[in-house]
Amino acid sequence: MKKMMYISAVTEALAEEMERDESVFVIGEDVDIDGGVWNETAGLLERFGAKRVVGTPISEGAFTGLAAGAALTGLRPVVEFMYGDFIHVAMDQVANQIAKARLMFGGQAKMPVVIRLCACGAGTREGAQHSQFLESWFAHLPGFVVVAPSNAADGKGLMKSAIRSDLPVVFVESRQIYYDIQDVPEGEYTVPIGKAEILRPGEQVTLLSFGYACEKARQAAEMVKDKVDVEVIDLRTLKPLDTETIFKSVEKTGRLIVAHDSPAMCSIGAEVVRRVVAERFDYLDAPPVVVASKDVPIPFNDELEDYTVLSVQDIVDEIMKISVGII
Amino acid sequence: MKKSSVASPSAEYFYRWMLAIRHSEQKLKELYIDHKIKGALHLSIGQEAVPVGVCAALSDGDKVFSTHRSHGHYIAKTHDIEGIMAELLGRATGCSNGYGGSMHLYNYEKGFLGGNGIVGGGISLALGAAFSAFYQNNGQIGVTFFGDGAANQGILHETLNLASLLKVPFLAVCENNGVAATTPVEKSTSETDRTKLAKAYKISSLSADGSDVEAVYAAASKAVAHLRAGKGPFLLNLRTCRWEPHCGIIKDTRDQKMLDDWRTNHDPLNVIAGRYPELLSSELRAEIGREVDARIEAAVAEAMTAPAPELAEYKRNFGV
Repeated sequence: MKKMMYISAVTEALAEEMERDESVFVIGEDVDIDGGVWNETAGLLERFGAKRVVGTPISEGAFTGLAAGAALTGLRPVVEFMYGDFIHVAMDQVANQIAKARLMFGGQAKMPVVIRLCACGAGTREGAQHSQFLESWFAHLPGFVVVAPSNAADGKGLMKSAIRSDLPVVFVESRQIYYDIQDVPEGEYTVPIGKAEILRPGEQVTLLSFGYACEKARQAAEMVKDKVDVEVIDLRTLKPLDTETIFKSVEKTGRLIVAHDSPAMCSIGAEVVRRVVAERFDYLDAPPVVVASKDVPIPFNDELEDYTVLSVQDIVDEIMKISVGII
Repeated sequence: MKKSSVASPSAEYFYRWMLAIRHSEQKLKELYIDHKIKGALHLSIGQEAVPVGVCAALSDGDKVFSTHRSHGHYIAKTHDIEGIMAELLGRATGCSNGYGGSMHLYNYEKGFLGGNGIVGGGISLALGAAFSAFYQNNGQIGVTFFGDGAANQGILHETLNLASLLKVPFLAVCENNGVAATTPVEKSTSETDRTKLAKAYKISSLSADGSDVEAVYAAASKAVAHLRAGKGPFLLNLRTCRWEPHCGIIKDTRDQKMLDDWRTNHDPLNVIAGRYPELLSSELRAEIGREVDARIEAAVAEAMTAPAPELAEYKRNFGV
């Protein structure tokens, strides 16, 4: 183990995979200028050269399409969006080309693209077009794997697994954890796609989350620990969902809360609740809950943004409500 | 860098493959009217000289990205009449295993990386193939065909700019048929001269008569030499005309006199046959016609009895 910032742990994953496999390259805006705007590609240009660390014009459609065409012809691109919100500019390439190629061509085409959505999530006063946490509609588009790490070790391990995946992976990053210094395993370390992790074992309420919202969930669980014993689970992979871990926890607790930084409408939370209601209804002792950011673009003003974004207190309130009768 | 040489094709070759496209599409139309082929069917009859001339200048390793109107490109690049017939009939033996249909033909071995149902959808993917060729230094070329509609998609402009900056072997072929779906180019496009577009992005370009397969081949050969020499991207602007309506058998709103003129005076088959009356004698043309038709008929007959894609395999491979 060594202490590293989240962002550096992911850079280490990129470097190790680029070292291991010559077909891996990074492409995006400013990735070749001073280590990228987030320091997310620090040292890669010097080590691997401009052919494998490709800085582009602000042309999301073209560089995403380039990545798709490169993947179809044997390379393994990591295509970076400086902010998650910018992927909307490239939605034809993402939704019609990358997502559909494998099926459209009868299973013959490989599309090993990692779509890295940098700096997702609100709370930093950047306004509506630099703050969205984007995950559910990529889960809704058939063809993608979707992951969202909550910590530095998972950032490294999931990035390595994403690069090795022959399916396209949307890698959703939370800006709020970028510069947190945490323990990261050295050298070869992968986190399997499709496996959730129990962050805090508990007996009475299942609290599922992913990305930066896991930290809010963990804090909320700590705040109520004298009253109710909450199990906090980090989904890590949003598609395919680790229903085995989810069901096992709900079978034990009978109470389910899903907390995330994107709105509840058509969300991962809504999907988890759907599956639990459909398949573990008899185990439920209370209606399952999704606690999420408000269904609105993110406003700039401090008070308005804080009201809009999922807070620790929002989660605490839901834990208390769902625990009526057991506390 | 590996050099790949393509032998200069004969007049017979050009005639044969243009006829193969024409008759294949006529057969497809027949099957469509009979409801044997379902969904959308975008025919390219009249445009045969473009794919045959361009693809004759390419090698198997070069990667072609096509459009929604892809049958001609597919046949010219792959010569796989059996694969296309089976695909459009939804068979497991189709070139996309029956999963793709008319707009999603695919044949990696022969360098055909897909039709595309989105106008302009293949353009940036071809840049990716060009980038791969540069990255792997394998001497290949990434090629996109695009039409008048795609010329007004932002992705063309983004891609030309990025291709020029990266200086990769990217060939953009404009099938300038004067119409985008059903909207005439004059109504949709402020600058109709595509070579000016290339110039704006410092990309070399050539225009050629898209009804003259030899002119297309000559222009494409120059482009390919430029690309293989590592001199950066290239754009070909080929004026042509599609004789059929945009899709299937919908009403054609274009000027019928204009279409008649193209059919009478610019038929790619007549252009080459007229140029070589001895080489392409009426006897030889009749013989080629019989051979081509026999192959098409056999391909259709085989496809009709070929198995459908297996449901169990579909479920297994796609987790559904």
